[in-house]
Amino acid sequence: MPELLSVLLKSIFVENLALTFFLGMCTFLAVSKNVKTALGLGVAVIAVQAITVPVNNIMYRSFLKSGSLANYDLEFLGLICYIGVIAAIVQILEMILDKFFPALYNTLGIFLPLITVNCAILGGSLFMVQRDYDFVHSVVYGIGSGVGWALAIVALAAIREKLKYSDVPKGLRGLGITFITVGLMALGFLAFSGV
Amino acid sequence: MSKNKPLDLLLDPVFRKNPIALLVLGICSALAVTTRLDKSLVMAICVTLVTAFSSAGIALIRNRIPSSIRIIVQMTVIASMVIVVDQLLKAFAFSLSKELSVFVGLIITNCIVMGRAEGFAMKENVTDSFIDGIGNGLGYGVILIVVGFFRELLGSGSLFGYPVLAKITDGGWYEANGLMLLSPSAFFLIGIMIWMIRTYYPDQVEEA
Repeated sequence: MPELLSVLLKSIFVENLALTFFLGMCTFLAVSKNVKTALGLGVAVIAVQAITVPVNNIMYRSFLKSGSLANYDLEFLGLICYIGVIAAIVQILEMILDKFFPALYNTLGIFLPLITVNCAILGGSLFMVQRDYDFVHSVVYGIGSGVGWALAIVALAAIREKLKYSDVPKGLRGLGITFITVGLMALGFLAFSGV
Repeated sequence: MSKNKPLDLLLDPVFRKNPIALLVLGICSALAVTTRLDKSLVMAICVTLVTAFSSAGIALIRNRIPSSIRIIVQMTVIASMVIVVDQLLKAFAFSLSKELSVFVGLIITNCIVMGRAEGFAMKENVTDSFIDGIGNGLGYGVILIVVGFFRELLGSGSLFGYPVLAKITDGGWYEANGLMLLSPSAFFLIGIMIWMIRTYYPDQVEEA
């Protein structure tokens, strides 16, 4: 149990997908203009991450890992399988949101299909394979890394909302200053890993 | 839209409409691999090839893809390209492919590839999509190489692994800046580059 807790905390803070591995940056920077949307996307990412990482774990253990399916070594098919699972789950989520939460669906707009190409999601699955987590660990890791990502995007959105009131040099406005802000946040998060 | 000029298609994404600087796409892998110049270069080449060929492939079958499952179809085309690139790297540049680790796989989720597939290749013909793919790959590569250049030069005093600035530890004068090898420096560098690009093209400035 303490080991699971450490996987959880590690994936939220120390190995934060957004700030230490730069994963999911595209949506991270583009959808962080206000806290409300950021929160919506964050929740979507947690949900997708918590489903896809365990599903991919099952896929990997029962089909792809060498020796698991007769004598075939199918590990080279890994990428295409993981992304297939992720794309399918995102599309299902998109349909559900469209039907039951149209307001949220409209705000997330183009970024919902982009969750498929959110590197944080695929990265989570790849790290899960690389570290050879078993099923229970993969559930915890999926939730933890999703929460870490959501935490980072909500924090950034909050900072950007306040930034509206500051006098930023012209060319730096918008994207430029966001990068600098994220850099400073990453510096802060480095403290968790004890550098 | 058949009046697209090939040269504009190729060069526009490199400077005026840089996918990283203007559209905020594909930053994900851009930052993690730029600690050394050779890694950045290999990554830039991989991304250019994948974008070009997957855009062309998707443009080829664009009229046959049902729109409700288009994302899965696009991902499959892209993922196949990435697997080819990944296997090639493992065969011919094994040590580099080890160092790039998960980030070659993450080209699949590079939003540039997907963004071009969804935003351009689904509407345009094969040749234009191919050229547009190369152009966007190059635009991504330029930023990657510039960032990689500064991070390796300032962070370890070398370029492509060859020492350029003699470090104090080797009896020289240059004190290596360790921060450049850590994640935050990449954000600062790209932030500054965007600042420069937008000062040059003021029409890109956001009123935020």
